[in-house]
Amino acid sequence: MSTTADPAGVLTGSHYIDGDHACAEGALAAGCRFVAGYPITPSTEVVERIAGRFPRVGDGIFIQMEDEIASSIAIQGAMWGGKKVMTVSSGPGFSLMMEHIGLAAMTEVPCVFVDVQRGGPSTGLPTRPGQADMMQARWGSHGDYEIIAMCPNSPQEAFHLTFDAFNLAERYRVPVLVMLDECVGHMIEKVVIPRADELEVVERKWTRKKPGEYLPYEVTDGSMVPDACKAGDGYRIHTTGLTHDERGYPTMNWRAQEKLIRRLVDKIRGQAGEIVRYEENDVDDADVVVVAYGITSRVAKRSIESARKRGIKVGMHRLVVAWPFPEQRIAELSRRVKGLVVAEMNYGQMSLEVERVAAGRCPTRLVGHGGGMVHDPEDIERAIVEVAQ
Amino acid sequence: MSDVQGSKPSSATNPVDPFLRIDRMPSIWCPGCGIGTTVNCFTRALIECGLDLDKVAIVSGIGCTGRVAGYLNLDSFHTTHGRPIPFATGLKLANPELKVVVYSGDGDLTAIGGNHLIHAARRNVDLVVVCVNNHTYGMTGGQVTPTTPPPAIASTTPYGAFEEPFSLPLLADSCGAVYVARWTTYHVRQIAKAMREALQKRGLSFIEIISPCPTLYARRNRLGDGLAAMKYYKQASVIQNGADTRQVGIGYQDKIICGKFVDRERETWLESYNKRHVAALGSKFRPYPTGLPEVSEPAGGNHGHD
Repeated sequence: MSTTADPAGVLTGSHYIDGDHACAEGALAAGCRFVAGYPITPSTEVVERIAGRFPRVGDGIFIQMEDEIASSIAIQGAMWGGKKVMTVSSGPGFSLMMEHIGLAAMTEVPCVFVDVQRGGPSTGLPTRPGQADMMQARWGSHGDYEIIAMCPNSPQEAFHLTFDAFNLAERYRVPVLVMLDECVGHMIEKVVIPRADELEVVERKWTRKKPGEYLPYEVTDGSMVPDACKAGDGYRIHTTGLTHDERGYPTMNWRAQEKLIRRLVDKIRGQAGEIVRYEENDVDDADVVVVAYGITSRVAKRSIESARKRGIKVGMHRLVVAWPFPEQRIAELSRRVKGLVVAEMNYGQMSLEVERVAAGRCPTRLVGHGGGMVHDPEDIERAIVEVAQ
Repeated sequence: MSDVQGSKPSSATNPVDPFLRIDRMPSIWCPGCGIGTTVNCFTRALIECGLDLDKVAIVSGIGCTGRVAGYLNLDSFHTTHGRPIPFATGLKLANPELKVVVYSGDGDLTAIGGNHLIHAARRNVDLVVVCVNNHTYGMTGGQVTPTTPPPAIASTTPYGAFEEPFSLPLLADSCGAVYVARWTTYHVRQIAKAMREALQKRGLSFIEIISPCPTLYARRNRLGDGLAAMKYYKQASVIQNGADTRQVGIGYQDKIICGKFVDRERETWLESYNKRHVAALGSKFRPYPTGLPEVSEPAGGNHGHD
């Protein structure tokens, strides 16, 4: 199921590029060969790069659709055509895509949604950062489902996490959301792209069954993830956003709903230990742990260094994968620290999750910010000092 | 028909059975509804068009006609409301070997999905779009649509529709569709022929089929049953092939101008895509397959990243 990357899409070498461009290169390296998008600041550079690269890489189609609704379903048609697919947007467009995150979850379409977050709500601050789409990423479409969301904090990580997003999408047949913020999207840094043979790509798990034997939503192993097929191979499959059975046929009753939705939720919750990813620094002796992600984790780093100089034992827990949330690890930390400080560019989203998991074992202190500008590191440091006391 | 998977020809079998998911019958459609008639015509067109049915995919949106995909024994996709065209666009561009048919209703394709229809026609994506127009949202109980002719009664226009309706052939024509036809469900042979022609066409074909909704539209307007609708279609239809699409609007219980209005050639999206990139990039461009036999093979070679 896994192989090395197709060299045609891998721009091996050192580059001086921004997070949006690095995101595009991560997709190309992962084998993405269909992108549909609609221009929106601050994400547009991702599709601009794709539009320039696909014709030279070969076998790829970029299409600028009439809106984000169309983009977010064109990729799903293309997935059934056999491609690895992605769409890209920012807050207002991301809002329009919610319906099709639900469709992708329901019909188990491996696909990647990139959201380069800006200040919101509504049109908000198009050219300035935000981190206020985190709960929307988790809960934005109606109904009950699970997704995976990742939060790079540098162009280098934008490359790697976008690459990984495709692998996770294929492994679990879910939409995977890459949640950049405007700062990471537009920040230019060195990005090292490995050789193709150093990049492990998860291929789609094609069914080995013959037409007539294959059921598109039958689960035959413990993974709870059905095997794939594509249109045109003789399987004559049916898929629907309606509640469906193993044949993909609409089945309008509570038992079918229970069976399907339970599996869609459990296939991620049951594997959360495999998917969860975080980075920690200085937590071993810490009295206070700062939880942050994206650009805010880099601001918080300075706050932590400064607080350490003042003798405060403080460390960092950086969310690399935000959803599924690292419940187990945050619970562990909450048992042995004086308090958790959550710094994020919103007025309380991931902090609610931290607070829920800490469950009163230690206080959770939010350092919120409306977006448009990164935090002042002193604000985070002040919270660290107060919680440490 | 030997290529029809699972078919077991027998003298007692309806010739359309192999094209249907018999295990899903009966359909949800009401007695007198025209959608099933159009599906029957579509299966006839599939028999006649000579395509490998493993390479034909059907995409529907939401609503009564949105259920068509689920009843056909093809690769079939029941998508979200209004969005079968962009789904089909992605499917076709990802695998150009497929013949992709969008089959949905007037509410789905021209209200919530209207933006996608006009842009797909402008782009000339290689799709067949079948729009079953019953002038109403049947699935949700008979609300007004962009094609309801005033002053018809609908549940959300209890005192009569008053907005100017779309004339769908004009809309499709003016946006660039290469094939535009309209028939009613009385015209079963003509529908099947139009569908066959559309399946053999390259580019975006648009077929409007005027179809009765006895349960909601006809009942509210006291227009009788499905048979009464057939009598009206027979009496009111005027066949004018090649008619100026600016002249084919439909008034309430007025004449219905039918026929093949547009049949022309234009480069498809993929043909234009390849042509432009060959012109701009020469041998650095790696042409994308169009699903057509190659006419001229552009020089390959440099696959670098410069």
